[in-house]
Amino acid sequence: MAEMVSRPYERAFEKHALANPDVLCLSADLTSSCEIDKFRDDHPDQFLSLGMAEQNMMSFAGGLGLAGYRPFIHTFGVFTYRRPYDQLMASIAYPRRKVRIMGFLPGITTPGGMTHQAIEDISVMRSMPNMTILETGDATEVESICEAADSIDGPVYCRVLRGSMPRLFDTPIVVGQMRELSLGSDILIVTAGISTEEAMRATKALEGVGVSVRHLHLNTIKPFDAAAMLDHINSVKGGVITLENHVTEGGIGSLMAEIMADNGVGKKLKRLGLNDTYAHGGSRAYLMRYYGLDALALTQGIEDLMGERLGITEKDLAEARVDAVHSLAKAEGL
Amino acid sequence: MLKNEKTTEEIALGIRRRVFEHAMRNNGGYLSQACSAAEQLAWLYNEELTLGAPTLPMIPKPFEGVPHVDNPEYHTGAGYNGPFEPDFDRLFIAPAHYALVAYATLIEVGRMDPEGLEMFNKDGSSVEMIGAEHSPGMEVHNGTLGIGLSTAAGLAWGRKRRGEKGKVWVYMSDGEVQEGQTWEAIQCCAHHKIDNVKAIMDVNRQQCDGAMDSVMEVGDIRAKMEHFGAVVAECDAHDLNAMRTAAQTPHEGKPLIILAHSNPFHAMPILEERFPRLHYVRFKSEDERARMNSSIADALDIDPIDYEGAH
Repeated sequence: MAEMVSRPYERAFEKHALANPDVLCLSADLTSSCEIDKFRDDHPDQFLSLGMAEQNMMSFAGGLGLAGYRPFIHTFGVFTYRRPYDQLMASIAYPRRKVRIMGFLPGITTPGGMTHQAIEDISVMRSMPNMTILETGDATEVESICEAADSIDGPVYCRVLRGSMPRLFDTPIVVGQMRELSLGSDILIVTAGISTEEAMRATKALEGVGVSVRHLHLNTIKPFDAAAMLDHINSVKGGVITLENHVTEGGIGSLMAEIMADNGVGKKLKRLGLNDTYAHGGSRAYLMRYYGLDALALTQGIEDLMGERLGITEKDLAEARVDAVHSLAKAEGL
Repeated sequence: MLKNEKTTEEIALGIRRRVFEHAMRNNGGYLSQACSAAEQLAWLYNEELTLGAPTLPMIPKPFEGVPHVDNPEYHTGAGYNGPFEPDFDRLFIAPAHYALVAYATLIEVGRMDPEGLEMFNKDGSSVEMIGAEHSPGMEVHNGTLGIGLSTAAGLAWGRKRRGEKGKVWVYMSDGEVQEGQTWEAIQCCAHHKIDNVKAIMDVNRQQCDGAMDSVMEVGDIRAKMEHFGAVVAECDAHDLNAMRTAAQTPHEGKPLIILAHSNPFHAMPILEERFPRLHYVRFKSEDERARMNSSIADALDIDPIDYEGAH
């Protein structure tokens, strides 16, 4: 069973900010929700409360960038691009300000419903010139997100997990480097964020019924090295499947479609995610099942892709627990 | 520190003459903005701003690409306002469609060659119609109205934290008060006691669709700004002494916003014929162009513009 880690962002941000005096902590009235309340209390001179006024916050952060600071914006992901899209574009993305946008509650990781669920953020940010996109999938990635984001020469949008989460990996994010979680030869599974844990459960069950899985985890979504991915696509006999905590348009499913089409790869691609729909409020497990974002949805998608029934049930998946990180260390090194 | 030897009145007149000539030769332009804004921009550049010598060539370089990881030589047009150093002021022209007037100002104060204006709105030029970040005298993209004051507030907060003496000035237009972001910016300046931000707003009561009162009434701008936490001073936008006095208003712990009440056909009275559609004056007929040419040239004490051979 994977180790569970509580509030890794809180410690990681404090460590990074204290080591980098030009890093500023910005908040938009969601300070405790984004695990920076302790930082606010302990380091008030490095903290800026900008209130519920995201349009001003985005342009203000651009001005801080002009003054040589590297502001970390903390709020829910949706609030960083829906209302203040114009300001994000004109004041941050265009001039390549070193603003680090920490977008919490990616996709359906919140029961807050449509207004709080960032389900199209990757699509929006992928189409924004100059923007880098990182996504965290476990505690280790959250622990390393600040340093990774702050290494970018320009603006960066990060999908950040909060609260309690598993530790799946034991090495920090290396920007631009995907994680090779298994290197089988039948099917290529590509995931990011919380869908990776689901795919790791599915992988075990799939291997159990004789499907050789190649599984890649993405923490850097833009910019993206297509050449390395192309090698993986060409290394499997069957098709490619993506599972994402995001709409199926514009996210990693689209990214794979573009790479495959651009390179004339004649393989099937199945994209799983929110299929042209909003979600509603509910628990994460319920929403993942209801919208087909979980391990079972993935195995069913692979059955469709392969054109055969594999007989994997919910019970098989429940038993396929994700092991503690140290047993994965070897897979990591493959 | 570079100060021009002309008087501010002479610079304001020179701005209007240049914008007028340009509009005549190009069959239209942002003429009314020169009427309302000439004294304000002339005063900022000739008296109020503490700026270093320009760091960019007097004749603007052509467009050299937008900011991009593959364009490492990219720079903004801020160098026309001098180097970015702790003791120097910065200026954001929030209504980027005032660019023609701003470029004319740069020429009048000796920061750009008159040839720069010939490049205005030409394909491949950096002297863009709506001032871009790379256009002379521009430092950020402000073409989307309402973002200037927030950007200035962020820069000013950062400069204060670093102990820099340079102030951050914003040139604003009154239409921007229809944007919610303007109010977010003022409340933010007040909350964080950002008092190294100063703004002068061209209150000409005009916007793209016509008179502001007919498009969206904004009420008492001064009272609203004061309630949001700014110190507000007011002046006649064509009375330089009043402007100088307004700028001396104490504003410790708060931003200063000067409401400069302007006449959108000041020094070009014939433009009143076009009221209330003054945002962009394009001549409707050869007859109108000729009449305006004669009348405005007379008002500005120059010969009518020979625009034959122009377009």
